[in-house]
Amino acid sequence: MKTFEKSAGFFPTFERKTGPAKDATHYCPGCGHGNVHKMIAEAMDDLGLTSRTVFVSPVGCSVFGYYYFNCGNFQAAHGRAAAVATAVKRTNPDSIVISYQGDGDLAAIGTAETIHAANRGENICVFFVNNAIYGMTGGQMAPTTMIGQRSTTTPQGRLEMMHGNPIRMCEMLATLPAPTYIERVAIGDSKHIMKARKAIRKALTVQAEGRGYSFVEIVSACPTGWKMDPVHARDWLIEEMLKVFPLGVYKDESDTRDEGSWNRRCDAFAPARVNEYLDRLKSTLGESQPVLLERDLHCKFAGFGGQGILTLGLLLSQIGMRAGQHVSWFPAYGPEMRGGTANCSVNVCSGRIGTPLVDNPNVLVVMNQPSLDAFADQVADGGVLIVDTTIVEGRPDAKRLRPVLIPATGIADEVGTAKIANVVVLGALVAATGCFPRDFCEDTLRAAIKKRSLVDMNIDAFGRGYEYVKNAK
Amino acid sequence: MPENTALDVPFMEVNGELCKGCQLCLAVCPKSVIAISEKLNSASYHPAFYTGADCTGCGLCFYACPEPGAIRVFKP
Repeated sequence: MKTFEKSAGFFPTFERKTGPAKDATHYCPGCGHGNVHKMIAEAMDDLGLTSRTVFVSPVGCSVFGYYYFNCGNFQAAHGRAAAVATAVKRTNPDSIVISYQGDGDLAAIGTAETIHAANRGENICVFFVNNAIYGMTGGQMAPTTMIGQRSTTTPQGRLEMMHGNPIRMCEMLATLPAPTYIERVAIGDSKHIMKARKAIRKALTVQAEGRGYSFVEIVSACPTGWKMDPVHARDWLIEEMLKVFPLGVYKDESDTRDEGSWNRRCDAFAPARVNEYLDRLKSTLGESQPVLLERDLHCKFAGFGGQGILTLGLLLSQIGMRAGQHVSWFPAYGPEMRGGTANCSVNVCSGRIGTPLVDNPNVLVVMNQPSLDAFADQVADGGVLIVDTTIVEGRPDAKRLRPVLIPATGIADEVGTAKIANVVVLGALVAATGCFPRDFCEDTLRAAIKKRSLVDMNIDAFGRGYEYVKNAK
Repeated sequence: MPENTALDVPFMEVNGELCKGCQLCLAVCPKSVIAISEKLNSASYHPAFYTGADCTGCGLCFYACPEPGAIRVFKP
């Protein structure tokens, strides 16, 4: 007894789907996505791959792949599915990774990711559903829209001189040496469909055997976007689309590549490698020594670009790191190297850090007026607000916060250069928060300042900032 | 499953609630044994149904149907 029925590659019911109809897909009547989904689910199940498959959904109508496939699921940013699939595959080389994309996602916004994943010969399957239109967004012209084809953005039909020609992805990718298997199939008549089914199975087999990158383009109907009934849409697909997108195998080296030869492992983020890297980083600061941190620091440092805001954050992070604390440093700045605005968020915590972002700092440093205006309200009650009074004219709310007013840039100028104001501020911060001992910070600075000739000036600047706050208390 | 269908002959069945009435199964059926109901289902589509005889169990309608659970085909 042979039964054709819903594959075990699908969830029995689509619980993740919103709304009442948890057994039906969200696709329009006659949509080719459903056919392709069925063939992938069936192939995954038949080949015994479901439990180790990761399905990467794109942006587009098939964005909800994770509603349906009973395997691991990712949903990538628009166009980035092949890049996400690369990461999944390299970090989990035993997984079977499917990048499922439409023509807008793959051939427009994701052209770069698509080409480079193919060019690297990533051992993944890319299933490219080409229906010559942007379906989800309402039938706009896609890169694969055919000359003369009407869409909401080409109401008179696509014109070569205005919009360029439809892109043939299979032909383009077949020029690259790395891909193993490239075929174009269609959801047209039954013969086409059975060929498509075979191609999908082959692609998954190529990957499972570690023979490299597969790309299967599936020419498919979008009855809604094309404004046709489903049966007419498939006839039109066969008559018109296949002229522009000829079916066939564009490349097949699956027999000549050794099994497993295109498997590769990326252990850059394996814990042992990360620890090795961190240890090397720490060792540049000299011997670390645990220092008790009484209170976690959640800092935001803000000012103009060029004031050393980001470096201030790095220096505090290095001090925290050498003291055996968990640290994070997260910069945010404009494209200007000088004169734009810059800020960074720094966490120094005795426990693990969940997010590098600091929304409500307990230490804020402002080195220009806009930063005081922008961030003062975000400081937690009782938080320390260090203001460089040489530059900032405004004064913070002393009832709610603990303002530390210091003419840092002026002091730095006396030391020798206004550029060192950030280290004056660091001294002030250490004095105001009492987070780490002065000599410990100075030792760290000596190791962290790369230019030896500047070490003494930095220590001087740090000391003056520290003393200024201590004397003011 | 139609009542008169014995398990030793091929047959297909449509889940009328999941069918979206696209008629692609009708278009591919070599024996023309699928028809469209005059009744609407709860999603307001006219679903396909098996007319009750002469299915060969070829499965072409299953693969032509975009809906994972709408068509089942049995071939002894």
